[in-house]
Amino acid sequence: MSDSLAGRMPGPPRGAAPPSGQQGSSANLADILERVLDKGIVIAGDIQINLLDIELLTIKLRLLVASVDKAKEMGIDWWEHDPSLSSRARTEPRAAAPPAGRDVLAEENEQLRAELARLRATAGLSGGAAHTGDDTAPADREEPR
Amino acid sequence: MSTPTHRSPVGGAPADEEMTYVYAVGSDGPALDRSAARLSGVGGRPLRLVSADGLCALVSSVPAEAFSERGLTAQMEDLVQLEAIARAHHSVVDAAFAEATVLPMRLATVYLDDARAADMLARRHDAFEDLLNRLEGHVELGLKVYADPRAATAQAPAEQPDAAAGTDSCAGAGRAYLRQRRAQQHGGRAAYRAASDTAALAAELASRVAVSRAVHRPQQGQLASHPGVNVANEAYLVSRAHVGVLREQLPVLAEGSPGVTVEVTGPWAPYSFATEAALGPEGGEEP
Repeated sequence: MSDSLAGRMPGPPRGAAPPSGQQGSSANLADILERVLDKGIVIAGDIQINLLDIELLTIKLRLLVASVDKAKEMGIDWWEHDPSLSSRARTEPRAAAPPAGRDVLAEENEQLRAELARLRATAGLSGGAAHTGDDTAPADREEPR
Repeated sequence: MSTPTHRSPVGGAPADEEMTYVYAVGSDGPALDRSAARLSGVGGRPLRLVSADGLCALVSSVPAEAFSERGLTAQMEDLVQLEAIARAHHSVVDAAFAEATVLPMRLATVYLDDARAADMLARRHDAFEDLLNRLEGHVELGLKVYADPRAATAQAPAEQPDAAAGTDSCAGAGRAYLRQRRAQQHGGRAAYRAASDTAALAAELASRVAVSRAVHRPQQGQLASHPGVNVANEAYLVSRAHVGVLREQLPVLAEGSPGVTVEVTGPWAPYSFATEAALGPEGGEEP
């Protein structure tokens, strides 16, 4: 049927630009992966790769690429755990939390301390221990929400 | 059917060096002939058709070593290789689908040779034909709704006048900071609420014309390049005639909700509706 294939290699596997305005190679990788890995017709080919492995792989991908920084940047952390300011000021009771969560909290705590220190510095104060009351009061009020 | 450049695995050729990778299945006809002639597959290999009983599979040869169970697993664990295969697979499916209704195969559906792939076609003939008929004239649209709390709170800072600034500059600064944090959290929650409201509206709008709906897991991580948090990730099977309207109307639903975006992707080949469940004896839900 198609004897004229030779010499028609369109270079990279982009395919020819589809005429109907479909997205082809411009599609987002995440959109593609969730379709080609999770969807489509599943039939047992001669080469069996464990589907469970593929599922694990997709999960792994999702987790691996979601670095803590990125997640925080996207606001995922405070959305999911919604750590109120008061709980951040008391990180110790959370020592039992899973390591990843604790690291995030610790890091955030660190950032907050830095932020506070910076604010105090700009306000012309040095230690600022006397003002802890001012810091925690509003936070405590926020907790019942 | 010829594979011009490399040794041909047609017929009973030794299969220990090359195997047959199946991209999609469709009805035998000129449309898929055209696709096979102009597309290339994984590794830039030319495509060909394997036919049986009026159906055909769009396939290419792949090196047996790299696509053995071990080879594949190794490739899939490597994001760069996985991306290359996934994009090649998708671009074949996508371009073929632009010409004719096809059933996309799951990534890395590999047979020892063309004959084995033809067996598969023959065995599954009725189920494939049934599904092809049901999907004919339909496409998949992706719908994703995002909440971006930062975008929502970007408009908020005006609402914190320095009321306390006069009294004690330190406490004022501290309070202002805390207030800002709270405003951010509040704005964030509002953005998520607004996003889920928008998602519900969008689902309702799309469901009015959709034949079927599939829910995907929300995307997250680096691969989800869109700013904000993906709160809804769905796919709708719609007739081609409805694509334009939905592409136009769905994104509008986010207007007036700061920090909320609606993204419509596609049209896609019906990946989310050509699944194992849809192939079963019961088939998917009929419209």
